[in-house]
Amino acid sequence: MPAVSETREAVEKLAKSNYEWGFETNVEMDLAPKGLNEDIVRLISARKKEPQWMLEWRLKAFRAWQEMSEPNWAKIKHPPIDYQDAHYFAQPKKKPGPKSLDEVDPELLKTYEKLGIPLHEQEMLAGVEGAGQKTPVAVDAVFDSVSVATTFRKTLAEAGVIFCPISEAIIEHPELVKKYLGTVVPVADNFFSALNSAVFTDGSFVYVPKGVRCPMELSTYFRINARNTGQFERTLIIAEDQATVSYLEGCTAPQRDENQLHAAVVELVAMEDAFIKYSTVQNWYPGDENGKGGIYNFVTKRGICKGDRARISWTQVETGSAITWKYPSCILAGKGSVGEFYSVAVTNGHQQADTGTKMIHLAPDTRSTIVAKTISAGKSDSTYRGLVRMQPKARNGRNFTQCDSLLIGNQCGAHTVPYIESRNMSARVEHEATTSKISEDQLFYCRSRGFSEEEAVGLIVNGFCREVLKELPMEFAVEAQKLLQISLEGSVG
Amino acid sequence: MSDFLKIEGLKAQIDADGTPKEILKGLDLTIPKGEVHAIMGPNGSGKSTLSYVLAGREDYEVTGGSAHFKGQDLLELEPEERAALGVFLAFQSPVELPGVNNANFLRTAVNAVRKARGEEELDAVSFLKLAREETARLSMSGEMLKRAVNVGFSGGEKKRNEVLQMRLLKPSLAILDETDSGLDIDALRIVADGVNSLRGPDFSSLVITHHQRLLDYIVPDRVHVMAHGRIIHSGGPEVATLLEKQGYKQFLEAAA
Ligand SMILES: Nc1ncnc2c1ncn2[C@@H]1O[C@H](COP(=O)(O)OP(=O)(O)O)[C@@H](O)[C@H]1O
Ligand SMILES: [Mg+2]
Repeated sequence: MPAVSETREAVEKLAKSNYEWGFETNVEMDLAPKGLNEDIVRLISARKKEPQWMLEWRLKAFRAWQEMSEPNWAKIKHPPIDYQDAHYFAQPKKKPGPKSLDEVDPELLKTYEKLGIPLHEQEMLAGVEGAGQKTPVAVDAVFDSVSVATTFRKTLAEAGVIFCPISEAIIEHPELVKKYLGTVVPVADNFFSALNSAVFTDGSFVYVPKGVRCPMELSTYFRINARNTGQFERTLIIAEDQATVSYLEGCTAPQRDENQLHAAVVELVAMEDAFIKYSTVQNWYPGDENGKGGIYNFVTKRGICKGDRARISWTQVETGSAITWKYPSCILAGKGSVGEFYSVAVTNGHQQADTGTKMIHLAPDTRSTIVAKTISAGKSDSTYRGLVRMQPKARNGRNFTQCDSLLIGNQCGAHTVPYIESRNMSARVEHEATTSKISEDQLFYCRSRGFSEEEAVGLIVNGFCREVLKELPMEFAVEAQKLLQISLEGSVG
Repeated sequence: MSDFLKIEGLKAQIDADGTPKEILKGLDLTIPKGEVHAIMGPNGSGKSTLSYVLAGREDYEVTGGSAHFKGQDLLELEPEERAALGVFLAFQSPVELPGVNNANFLRTAVNAVRKARGEEELDAVSFLKLAREETARLSMSGEMLKRAVNVGFSGGEKKRNEVLQMRLLKPSLAILDETDSGLDIDALRIVADGVNSLRGPDFSSLVITHHQRLLDYIVPDRVHVMAHGRIIHSGGPEVATLLEKQGYKQFLEAAA
């Protein structure tokens, strides 16, 4: 039988590898009743001790959401989601607010350990004073929608950087939140952003003042841990003139029978000469070998380069979720501003991914780069959907798009859907696309050098993704490489 | 045991667009421990097929005969298990691996094989030191370690990269499939030295070539003539000289 099996057998073996990180933490939960109505929105706002303006903002979003319907243009299929059959608020009962990780519920730390979340967090903590070699990583750990541990805040505070749960920012820095929240992703931008705006429970807030280089990588680990709890994270990052920040987001989720809805919103604002780098490694539970369970991931991520020469760079490695619907985008409003999107999307088993980006060029001399690598195995289906729009004022606008698909087996699909709209004659848009398969020659070559078949696939896939992986911060790149191999286990015969 | 590699009545076929095509038609070959043997034969006689079957390529179906190495049934083993056992194939056409860093590839391969052999793995520093020594010995630029495996390499660079891999993986049976083709005389000397310096009681080699020239530098213990999927004649190094002068005709006629 050829190594890259085209047969059913290969598929049957699929997804046999149980989701490595499927488990549940036994921390007592404080749950709101199931269902979504104005009272729930009020309850969330009250529980968060939010000011009146925030409640009104949420209610406005909720009313908008009620008028909207789910988008249906993406190439994904799923049973109807019953939005009334979920809890919209869950919070560990033991009150958060520890001053250090020592004070964090040991159950929680154990969970992180099992997740293999690089507990270099802890090493890092110990190594801060003498941290010569590595850039320290600040962790704002989001556990079931509530931040329970924030570290390194002092170092950040000294630099003038605000990094805190958004619920705290709403109370402590209302002027900043009011000024920017919903300005990049308007409340009623889409069905899921409206839902998120109404019911988000937590997320991160980052503010980097003028001229400040954030002294460390900011990292948030998201986990979903409560049965039937939709996750609605809200992240807002603002970099003032000449400010620089790199933010990492990573997550895994416990194994589940029901589908879990996740609808996050991320907004980035980059002012003149500012640079925001946003990296994601996403590994939520993709469902079992029959495609049952798994996370539905409907995310709205968007950044605006407001100032001249501002730069926003999205890097994502997407291996998890049953369904991924996600288009991190850049609005290039400042002259000479730069948008980048580097993406690896892996689908295996019955996973479906419809992901890509939008680059909206509004100003002269704006540039954007898109590198999208799609890997499909098993019976999965993956679509790259990218929009590049050159508005009339985008004189000398430039875009380069490279989309490469790698197929493993012949029961999977990969599609590339580029939308190009150019309204300026001097703008230039280049698009390259390739589709390939891992060849027998490559597999045999690697195996004859001592690699197992799975290692060989991992190696070839990592090579295929190199241009994207090299954009990730070091610690993440190593994890991402492992993740790619794990997520393709069982995909070759 | 003195019979290091023992191949008896080996038959193998390939699926050529739906119809099986027999390429190896009952091949016998024995290489004792520590010896270097050469195989010469016209294009299409099945030399590369033999090397692939020995290394474990799955699209060739073995339909008869046997192949043992170090007393083990080679045909039972996965390609990576054969590598761990000490089999190495220098490919006639080395394969490109886009995006895969050569140094990284080499180190992972060396450590995979070392681990399987129960040897200690090399850390990045000792590996790099070793790799630098070996590239220097093969007159390869250190740049080649930084590039993607075989991508954009010239024909000669690819061949040297194969010899580099061989030296790092320390095989006990090295099969060189036309490693000399496309090399100029200087490169040929360097490659031959790369092989000769491994020669010893624990190293055997099967050198597949078209040209006697290589055998001036790697002097074989035995030379086998292959045609139509069989070894049709075996003798000492003089066979190569004879072939170079008179061609395959007489051997083919004698075998007919
Ligand atoms: N994958 C293949 N499909 C069809 N025919 C093949 C394939 N591989 C080898 N052959 C045929 O088998 C014969 C032997 O090939 P090969 O082993 O490459 O010979 P050599 O290396 O001696 O030139 C040739 O006729 C070749 O065309
Ligand atoms: Mg050949």
